Amino acid sequence: MKSEEKIPILRIEDALLASIQIPLHDKLALEFQHDLMVSIEKTRAKGLIIDISAIDVVDSFITRILVEIARMASLMGVKTVIVGLRPEISITLVEFGVQFDGIETALNLEKGLEKLRVWKSK
Amino acid sequence: MEIKVACEYDIVIARSAAKTEAKKLGFTIVDQTRIATAISELARNIVVHGSDGIVRIEEIEKGDRKGLEIWAIDRGPGIENIELALKDGWTSGGGLGIGLGGAKRLMDEFEIQSEVGKGTKVRVVKWMRN
Repeated sequence: MKSEEKIPILRIEDALLASIQIPLHDKLALEFQHDLMVSIEKTRAKGLIIDISAIDVVDSFITRILVEIARMASLMGVKTVIVGLRPEISITLVEFGVQFDGIETALNLEKGLEKLRVWKSK
Repeated sequence: MEIKVACEYDIVIARSAAKTEAKKLGFTIVDQTRIATAISELARNIVVHGSDGIVRIEEIEKGDRKGLEIWAIDRGPGIENIELALKDGWTSGGGLGIGLGGAKRLMDEFEIQSEVGKGTKVRVVKWMRN
């Protein structure tokens, strides 16, 4: 489970897609943030979609990482949409008191892409 | 069941164990998620603030009600001001500052004992809805 883990970043239309399938820890999260920003620069992607449908626990740590990613991407002129929040995750997050500050969400990948397209056409 | 918590990887082990136990007992998926999220915060507290510690997960009963009791015990520096530590927005570990307070909201019972220089004990319980 250590060091060689990586979260793949794929290209879809003119956006980047990363699906988090393994539990994030500090080191992996930092690498992930770095990889995403480098990919944004390299591909000149216009949007970023992060799929968290495979994550069964969204705690304050992962929330912080996601909020940071959205902020970093925003500094590079890229919009972020988090997709795939399961019902139980949404319920828990609200009760927990987490603020998804400045984060856009969508039900799934398809809706996330739609959201990016609407922004682009504006 | 007792899980040693000393590094980040143990956080995942602790919360997965809590979720598995909750599922076995028959908690709904939402309650499993509430429990796992709360345990994730408690275990992270141990890793960030305490030197090392344990998470203990036990099935409990009261009358005809079943529940899951979880202890998070560390031998860390202890918490000087518990009231402050439970307040949203307060953090000493670089997190979001909702860890302990958030965990309290997700569970039915929450108790914390802490002694500066000795460590912290947190006990949480979630009851099954009959």
